[in-house]
Amino acid sequence: MKPGFADIAKDGLWRNNAGLVQLLGLCPLLAVTTTVVNGIGLGLATTAVLIGSNVTVSLLRPLLRREIRIAAFVVIIASLVTTVDLLMHALFFDLHRVLGIFVPLIVTNCAIVGRAESFASRHDPVRAAADGLFTGLGFAAVLIALGAIRELVGQGSLLTQAQMLFGPGGAGLEIQLFDNGFLLASLAPGAFIALGLLIAAGNWIDQRRARTTIVAQPVAQE
Amino acid sequence: MVNNVSASSLRAVALTVAALTLVGAGGAALVAYTWNQTGERIAINERNYSLRALNQILPADQYDNNLFEDTTTVSDDDLLGSDDPLVAYRARRDGEAVAAILNVIAPDGYSGPIKLLVGIHYDGTLAGVRVVSHNETAGLGDKIEIEKSDWITTFDGRSLQQPPPAQWAVEQDGGVFDAFTGATITPRAVVEAVRNALIYFEAHRDLIFATEPT
Repeated sequence: MKPGFADIAKDGLWRNNAGLVQLLGLCPLLAVTTTVVNGIGLGLATTAVLIGSNVTVSLLRPLLRREIRIAAFVVIIASLVTTVDLLMHALFFDLHRVLGIFVPLIVTNCAIVGRAESFASRHDPVRAAADGLFTGLGFAAVLIALGAIRELVGQGSLLTQAQMLFGPGGAGLEIQLFDNGFLLASLAPGAFIALGLLIAAGNWIDQRRARTTIVAQPVAQE
Repeated sequence: MVNNVSASSLRAVALTVAALTLVGAGGAALVAYTWNQTGERIAINERNYSLRALNQILPADQYDNNLFEDTTTVSDDDLLGSDDPLVAYRARRDGEAVAAILNVIAPDGYSGPIKLLVGIHYDGTLAGVRVVSHNETAGLGDKIEIEKSDWITTFDGRSLQQPPPAQWAVEQDGGVFDAFTGATITPRAVVEAVRNALIYFEAHRDLIFATEPT
């Protein structure tokens, strides 16, 4: 059975979101999301790798026997990540400096090998590309949301250092809403707390939806 | 004697090996091609980045030599924070020594060493200081970066006489340098590293400028 594109999109963006639901790739997710721009940068890099690895795995699926598939996935993903790392180093030098080790570490993001194994190795290249795109965008959305929450609460600003991504004109995008934010948000505990709140918000939305779609169940009086 | 089963499994093994080899070769080719295409651009980026930092400390119109070709190395465990050779750039104008820009390590930052570039005019006054890399807390200790705060420019024009040695410290320690709210360790480490670099420069100035370029 071939999954429809609407289903692929819904899975990647929401139902099976790599960051919020599967909780994959938490290390980069928590480490780089101190600002929105960092989130956008790593989110796009991860999306590019996901699309590339999904398409490659899907194209090669007649060749890849069960015994060697994981080894092949690792080689494919590592080559693509190295390529993206080199491209970012050449084109977005400052952003590459800030993201540092977390670009090469995309290799270790289990979401990528997970999609290669559970989706791309079983479906045609077009669907695999769509799955890579939406899984990547779903992950990027969580990175950006976390970055926004932590930058806003921690530093009182949004989109600082946007010039790293958008060139000199990007400097004008920066918004400073207030000074001296709540520092905890910028630190590691703030990352966990913010992610926890995001997950809770996601679950809350799901529950509300489930309740309203089935029957308008009587809500217990409190 | 080779029977049918093992012949077909041999064939399967050969195909598997071929597939894995193909994947490896393809991956290597992709990386090699990208590396080839981006190598030059990356090298230019690195050099521009270093030059940008150096020119923030010492404006390009104050010297006329190529800083990257006129370097020497310095090392001093106590004063420069490293036993290993650190690169020092020497700026000259018409052959006269103008300033030296030293790579210096402040060993006692809040989260590990802080790497600094310290530019010192020939007469011993500071041209400027910039942070090269650090792991200080975002939002607190990272105010030592010029992108975050102009604190680092308070060193401009200072020397071992201005302020006197006893006041080369953060305010909490009886010195003249501002510390950030909530983070004393980071500015203290930077102030000490800059002072030590000045002490080193005073003692080794002529040697720094006289040695052959490395």
